[in-house]
Amino acid sequence: MRILQNTIKYFLAVVWLLVTGYPFVFIFQSSMKGMMEYFTTSVWALPQKFHFANYLQIIQAGFLKYFLNSVIVSLVAVFLVVLTSSMAAYAISRIRFRFSKAIYGLFLAGMMIPMHVTLIPVYTMTRRLGLYDSLSGLVGPYVAFSLPISIFILVGFIQDIPLELEEAAVMDGANRYQIYGLVVLPVIKPALSTVMIYNMVMLWNEFVYALVLLSSPSKWVLTLGLWNFRGEYGIDIPLVMAGLVLSVLPLIIAYVFLHEQIIKGMTAGSVKG
Amino acid sequence: MNKLKALLRNDRIAVAVFLAPALFFFALYMIAPIPISAYYSLFRWSGIGEKVFIGLGNWAELVKDPIFWLSFQNNLKLVVVSIGTQLPMALLLAVFLSARTTKLAGFFKTIYFIPLLTSSVAIGVMWRYIYDTNFGLVNVLLRNLGLFSWIQDWLGDPKLALYSVMVAINWRFIPFYMILFLAAIVAIPEELFEAAMIDGARGIQVFRHITLPQLRPTIINAAVLSLVGALKFFDIVFAMTNGGPAHASELMATYMYKRSFTDFRMGYGSTVAVAIFLIAMVISTVFLNSTRRRTARS
Repeated sequence: MRILQNTIKYFLAVVWLLVTGYPFVFIFQSSMKGMMEYFTTSVWALPQKFHFANYLQIIQAGFLKYFLNSVIVSLVAVFLVVLTSSMAAYAISRIRFRFSKAIYGLFLAGMMIPMHVTLIPVYTMTRRLGLYDSLSGLVGPYVAFSLPISIFILVGFIQDIPLELEEAAVMDGANRYQIYGLVVLPVIKPALSTVMIYNMVMLWNEFVYALVLLSSPSKWVLTLGLWNFRGEYGIDIPLVMAGLVLSVLPLIIAYVFLHEQIIKGMTAGSVKG
Repeated sequence: MNKLKALLRNDRIAVAVFLAPALFFFALYMIAPIPISAYYSLFRWSGIGEKVFIGLGNWAELVKDPIFWLSFQNNLKLVVVSIGTQLPMALLLAVFLSARTTKLAGFFKTIYFIPLLTSSVAIGVMWRYIYDTNFGLVNVLLRNLGLFSWIQDWLGDPKLALYSVMVAINWRFIPFYMILFLAAIVAIPEELFEAAMIDGARGIQVFRHITLPQLRPTIINAAVLSLVGALKFFDIVFAMTNGGPAHASELMATYMYKRSFTDFRMGYGSTVAVAIFLIAMVISTVFLNSTRRRTARS
């Protein structure tokens, strides 16, 4: 009975393992095939020989540029998110002022707002500001959309810090700005890294704003590059698969080294109040 | 003590300095666009040229627009399927991963998590190949198993397209709720399980009488997230079917995008956008209130 139960349990566990994992094996091995080979051999078969040619072609098509654009936009946005959300979270949890609850509530309500209601005004505003089709145009909306969850995580964390720490700093004559920078920020480092990881994953994968706010290929981020690449080279399936692999790979590599932290970061990000 | 008071004292300048940067981004890109969208919804406008004021003309059109209501229904189907399949599956996986007897739990968890790191576009592109009629994994597998009558045009058949896309959406989001539940299960005090074991409870009984009641708040949270997410869903559908064939998998958000950025009817697109916002607000408020009341009663 026990054995039967266990067999069923692990059988199902392995089935789910294949369901989640095999698509990645599929795109990886298909990306190494030639275009005709893909159509004439079994999808389960390993490539007859490893064609790295697909990868070369992808890189020549501009993927390095898209990769670099993604790195720049997400790093700048994440840096601004960490700075602005930690400042706001500090004020909300440590300074008593009249509308503190209301402002916190407003930020939290941001989690419920469908981004599509902002899409056209953000598009027209970005055009008017002269930021259309530039990487800097993405930063504003990216920061705004990352703020609610980030502030939520940080307020929860700052409220748990014992006040004595800050008290001691006041005794030493520190002002509020020094307390924020020299006492609070170092203490909330673990929460800051959660905020960083969560937003990095989200922004790295962001697509809709990129689709609406960018147009020339030299500005494309990875998701947009992949999308347009599929439209252009759709028939050469292995080639598109190579693009897919390259777009998925950076986060997977990060995950190999940091899977504990990434899982923790994504969990903290999901426990909304 | 006075020092402490000084520390917490209302200090307008400091409040302004600390809040201004976040409020700047938030107000400019998230709050202001809502009334601006509502304003645009009163115009006929291509996005570039002159705006023509038409009052509630767009709204009258929306009320009678069969495609909008079809996409609204599709969103509701997505809500039901998301809550009804993602949460139970995620719960099952979380219970499996958290059981002390489970071997290799860490390994399973690490792999199960990966879809969550994959971008929607990558998922969309990947799953189009998985569903390909001739060379896709699904149909090839069915052919290899001899199940020829099961072979379908998964994304091309209007009766199936929406549900086929939902499978890919589930694939992406089950890991999300799985880690949410896993974290909550791990946080349940060990004594509760021990007490139940001493009372003779086993397996399913422990789950029903300890795990499930303890997870109640987390499950409600997850349901709210799933609900809100399903009402405003966009990207995987956009990347897989773009709402097709013949609007069979159209969602409110994909419809909004098409009207605005393909047809360049920005006025009407704004109307659809505001409608999504209002519908999402109303439904989630009703849902939140009903769960809160039920929680208060129990």
